[in-house]
Amino acid sequence: MSSLKIQDLHVRIGEKEIIRGLTLEIPKGEVHAIMGPNGSGKSTLSKAIGGHPDYTITSGDVLLDGVSILGMEPDERARQGLFLAFQYPMEIPGVSNANFLRAALNSRQSEGEEIEAVDFYEHLYEEMDKLEMRREFTSRAVNEGFSGGEKKRNEILQMAMLKPKYAILDETDSGLDIDALKIVSAGVNAQRGPNIGCLVITHYQRLLDYIVPDVVHVMVDGRIVRNGPKELALELEEKGYDFIKDALAEPVSA
Amino acid sequence: MPTEELNQFDIDRTRGDFRYDVQYQYDAGTGLTHQTIDYIVDAKGEPDWIRDWRHKALDVFLSKPMPTHWASKDLENIVFDNIRYYLAGGQKPSRSWEDVPEDMKRTFERLGIPEQERKFLAGVEAQFDSEAVYSNIKKAVGEQGVIFVGSTDGLKNHPEIFRKWFGKVIPTGDNKFSALNSAVFSGGSFIYVPPGVKVKHPLQAYFRINAENFGQFERTLIIADEGSEVMYMEGCTAPKFETATLHSAVVELVALKGAKIQYVTVQNWSPNVFNLVTKRAIAHEEAEVKWIDCNIGSRLTMKYPGVVLKGRKARGEVISIALANDGQHQDTGAKMIHAADETTSNIVSKSISIGKGRATYRGLVHVPKHLKGCKNNTECDALLINSTARTDTYPAITVRGTGNACQHEASVSQISAEQIFYMQQRGLTEAQAMSLSVNGFVNDLVRQFPMEYSVELKRLIDLEMEGSVG
Repeated sequence: MSSLKIQDLHVRIGEKEIIRGLTLEIPKGEVHAIMGPNGSGKSTLSKAIGGHPDYTITSGDVLLDGVSILGMEPDERARQGLFLAFQYPMEIPGVSNANFLRAALNSRQSEGEEIEAVDFYEHLYEEMDKLEMRREFTSRAVNEGFSGGEKKRNEILQMAMLKPKYAILDETDSGLDIDALKIVSAGVNAQRGPNIGCLVITHYQRLLDYIVPDVVHVMVDGRIVRNGPKELALELEEKGYDFIKDALAEPVSA
Repeated sequence: MPTEELNQFDIDRTRGDFRYDVQYQYDAGTGLTHQTIDYIVDAKGEPDWIRDWRHKALDVFLSKPMPTHWASKDLENIVFDNIRYYLAGGQKPSRSWEDVPEDMKRTFERLGIPEQERKFLAGVEAQFDSEAVYSNIKKAVGEQGVIFVGSTDGLKNHPEIFRKWFGKVIPTGDNKFSALNSAVFSGGSFIYVPPGVKVKHPLQAYFRINAENFGQFERTLIIADEGSEVMYMEGCTAPKFETATLHSAVVELVALKGAKIQYVTVQNWSPNVFNLVTKRAIAHEEAEVKWIDCNIGSRLTMKYPGVVLKGRKARGEVISIALANDGQHQDTGAKMIHAADETTSNIVSKSISIGKGRATYRGLVHVPKHLKGCKNNTECDALLINSTARTDTYPAITVRGTGNACQHEASVSQISAEQIFYMQQRGLTEAQAMSLSVNGFVNDLVRQFPMEYSVELKRLIDLEMEGSVG
């Protein structure tokens, strides 16, 4: 049962149905990629799984290690081990990165307990070094005035510190130059292993050169229309999404 | 701030929403007439000059209209006839907590005052309704000639200093509520710091309203003589009552040549309190006055701490934080009156409005034409927690002449749903996310506070945010 399982999910924003019967399972220890054209519902999927209040789930289920998380608040889902790396990470003026991370870690402690400051900084500096982040970063306000690359690096740092069971990386490659892309990918790869399942959402194949997925899913119009090995990404790159769209008449089993 | 330090001051001061029944020996009854004044003067055993002064002040109060042409109409809901103007146990302020009557002692213990005194304060005055029940100054500070007593004690026992400055910074007729205070004042602090004496630790006063329908009218006068330094901190609480309670203080500060005064307020009034306070300082040559003012709670607060920059190179500063929760109106700001060359003033105001809360900033900066080298900087930032909250800014800046500079910046921002979702996705509850965001918004100001008060403020913000999300 160790998986993040999405079963026949239907999601609306207002009156508009964006996700239309999506089924997907990411076993722990694997990295899956979702590719799809703009407007196919990729980002909606990650926000809906995270519990964003603007997204209404009309039917279907999301199970984290066999337990439905749909009745949970976004913070409960996070504490259950779900992590979203945001496409557009938010700025939190006046709140330092160190304070924010500590608050996030403390929210995972049992009532009245807090993490030790010394252990925290030791761990934080270790993870920052891996991502080639400078020490002064800890006292800067969360994402405030950060470049696109710094923001994405920060997402991966938070992921490393919070050690989720399942992580969804939403367009982590957008806004990254090639150097930043390599650093961020190395950061993700360092976290790969038997204790985490990852879902990498991307529009371009480029990211998958660095974070090589075990399985590739293709998403069009709110559904998974094709599943395949990592080579499927290359095929998409070569032929474009139209070839999938053209082939949509064929029945697909997820 | 490291957690270790936070825990050190882990004192339960949640809102102060509790009360004990207390027997009052003196009770001036409800309503305000010239008989009330005589009752108060007799009860306090004050000299005749102050009796005349109070009677005149009452006439001024009665003759002045409510300032509702520019201020909130809510002021008209104060029923002066229903208020009790003087309530006291009849004892003298004790110098030892052991001698404070049990109910009052329990109140202040629950608010953590004796513990703070032991830890970091140079002196404490604790006022319960109309009168101080405890007043003490550390021996070493007293030996330097520092006077720290209640206002009654000050006017009776130190008339030569008291009368020289009393009512000079804020005259009786300054506004309707300063006249009211002048008529019925009781309690508050009188502080005199001799030339060159630098009081290392803060002096603190704690104002506690315990009785329903009560009006608390403390009067504070601080004189820092040439080259001296002092920091004064005040905290205020009241339990929640069904009916309105009035707090109307007058605070006058005098910083003589080269003196420095810092006045820190963290008030946490319950939502039934009308808090209408006049605070003003005179800064002489090269003197510095800094008001740090945190307004949390109350039904309506109207308070605009000011500095009259009377001497060359005097410096005035107002740092204020206001948090207006549902049903509350924080009408706050600052006044800087430049009256000498090369004077500088700085105003930084941050307000947070939650739910249907309303925050208003009013700022007055006045630099006349004949002055040279004066500078003012004003920043006011407002944070709205949701779409029903309201904020208004009314700056009145008059800078004349060519050799003076003034800078004004204002901003309004909102905590977005996306920001809260982002923080929740990292594991923080909605209330924690709100609270952290609000603390972030005021963080650059809070860093200037004495540590004990920044911890206190953070706790109060946490509590307000906890109550404001479902």
